[in-house]
Amino acid sequence: MIGPLVGVLFDGFAYGMLLFLLSVGLSVTLGMMNFVNLAHCSFAMLGGYVTVTLMNGLGWPFFATLPLAFLAAAVVSVVLERVLYRRLYRATDLDQCLLTIGIVFVSVAAAAYIYGTIQQPVRLPAYLHGSFVLMGINFAVYRLFLVGMALVITLILVASLEYTRFGAQVRAAVDNQRMARGLGINVDGAFAVTFALGSGLAGLGGALSIAIVGLDPSFAFTYLIYVLIVVSTGGLGSIGGSFAAAALLGISDVAGKYYVPQLGSFLIYLVMLGMLMWRPAGLFGKR
Amino acid sequence: MTPAEPHLYLQAQIRWHRLEIAFWVATLLPFLLFKSYLVLASQIAITGLFALSLDLILGYAGIVSLGHAAFFGLGSYAAGIVSKHGWGEPLTGLVIAAAVAGLVGYAASFVIARFRHLALIMITLGMGLLLHEAANSASWLTGGADGLQGVRMWPLFGYFKFDLYGVTAYTYSLAVLFLIFLAARRLIHSPFGLSLRGIRENPVRMPAIGAPSRAHIRKVYTISAAIAGVAGALLAQTTQTVSLEVLSFQRSADVLVILILGGAGRLYGGILGAVIYMVARDQLSGFNPQYWYFWIGIMLIVVVMFLPNGILGGLARFGASSRAKAA
Repeated sequence: MIGPLVGVLFDGFAYGMLLFLLSVGLSVTLGMMNFVNLAHCSFAMLGGYVTVTLMNGLGWPFFATLPLAFLAAAVVSVVLERVLYRRLYRATDLDQCLLTIGIVFVSVAAAAYIYGTIQQPVRLPAYLHGSFVLMGINFAVYRLFLVGMALVITLILVASLEYTRFGAQVRAAVDNQRMARGLGINVDGAFAVTFALGSGLAGLGGALSIAIVGLDPSFAFTYLIYVLIVVSTGGLGSIGGSFAAAALLGISDVAGKYYVPQLGSFLIYLVMLGMLMWRPAGLFGKR
Repeated sequence: MTPAEPHLYLQAQIRWHRLEIAFWVATLLPFLLFKSYLVLASQIAITGLFALSLDLILGYAGIVSLGHAAFFGLGSYAAGIVSKHGWGEPLTGLVIAAAVAGLVGYAASFVIARFRHLALIMITLGMGLLLHEAANSASWLTGGADGLQGVRMWPLFGYFKFDLYGVTAYTYSLAVLFLIFLAARRLIHSPFGLSLRGIRENPVRMPAIGAPSRAHIRKVYTISAAIAGVAGALLAQTTQTVSLEVLSFQRSADVLVILILGGAGRLYGGILGAVIYMVARDQLSGFNPQYWYFWIGIMLIVVVMFLPNGILGGLARFGASSRAKAA
């Protein structure tokens, strides 16, 4: 009785961490900068394709591709930020939505043009394969690895945004642009770096998640919905909130599919609607 | 420019412009010139009606919805299921579909009226996805992923059969579009329509001057849901099938794109957007539907960056500036 329960909890938590890795970048761009960035998963998809190309085409080891997935997404996003996003920082939610949906459409079509619509094969290194049994419960190695990555990224992000000089500048620039400018903070620079950070994290999350969820051009749409759910239920601008929401949604989704299969994918939407109606600003939302 | 008396302003707005009359006359052209495109023309009329319903809430009341296909799909399934179970009369089918979609819209409006911004976007998105899932799993009622089979429509007024060439379909869709458009036009140019625009411009101030914003939002959301339901029912009746795609996120996103392209907050925005979008898709997607979205994406980016009020907004600005030059 306890064994399967713990197993379901672990799998759910690991799935939640996968969602968290995909969405943590969005809680930086959407949460802190208040930009409704629906193209977030396009950057994740870019990271995924970079990893797949380097591994299958050039024979790179999996770990060596991860920094490049981060970098590629960050560089592309800075270009887009300077050219497009920057002009819409003060625009309405709707305009931001539309611009970024446009980017999603273009990225999906571009991915289909370059790679075709088939699923890309992802071969993990042998030591990340398999699973081990501890106290009668099955732990998959790669899932444990994802959980570890999620914890490390959370710690680094919270530390660098809350306790460093740069983090303070970013928060100041977001809270009150004019005041921050008046104090001599380079607001444009801070925004560009923050945006690159958020998108880079998306690229990294994409690279890490494709081994479990697969990669094809529809990735940018399919997972967009999940990351939006995580960020909006977690509360804007709260990385801890995203972490909690991702864990909760992951566990309720896996547990729901395991115990009440006829509910299927309903549960994750129901949980989101319920949480948003209970707390429109999200679990840990300030605004 | 601003007339002192509100009712004079409204009266000036409600007068028919020459271009409007020309536009509605032009909708009859497909019967003469593009006889082989009547099926497409009826799809355009249906999409235009759907975009009009979104325009009421998004363009006029400022309620962003990423899940408006929910009501389109409800109407579609309602009309389809009624006819599958032996009642194929089209007009009552429309009424039933409007009632179903309107009722669900009314229930949803109590939630919608409480939220704004991101929470609203997420809630409309969530409701759309939830309904899509529901229709997918209730396959005993909806046919699930295979679509609803066995929709049989009786002839319109017991006389006009739905033919393969779309003559009846286009006449029927166009007539319904025109009638509902008249009603929407009247609604928008009424004091109620004005207060909707007030809510869009400043949602905090409207309650402060004593306007019941939430009641207004509930009303317009219900009306919009019912119209979306009628559009969905028209699609089900003219194509005599309902697929799960009527509830998809893609449809919600498409109608948003269409409305923005044409110009939100303008009565003809949705219809014009539908004409451009559907004709362009018909012509371009011959190569590959995947790449069609590339052009849609580019179009969206261009419209957001350079034409904030859509094509109609751009035309209006161009017209105003050329008139100013002439004077």
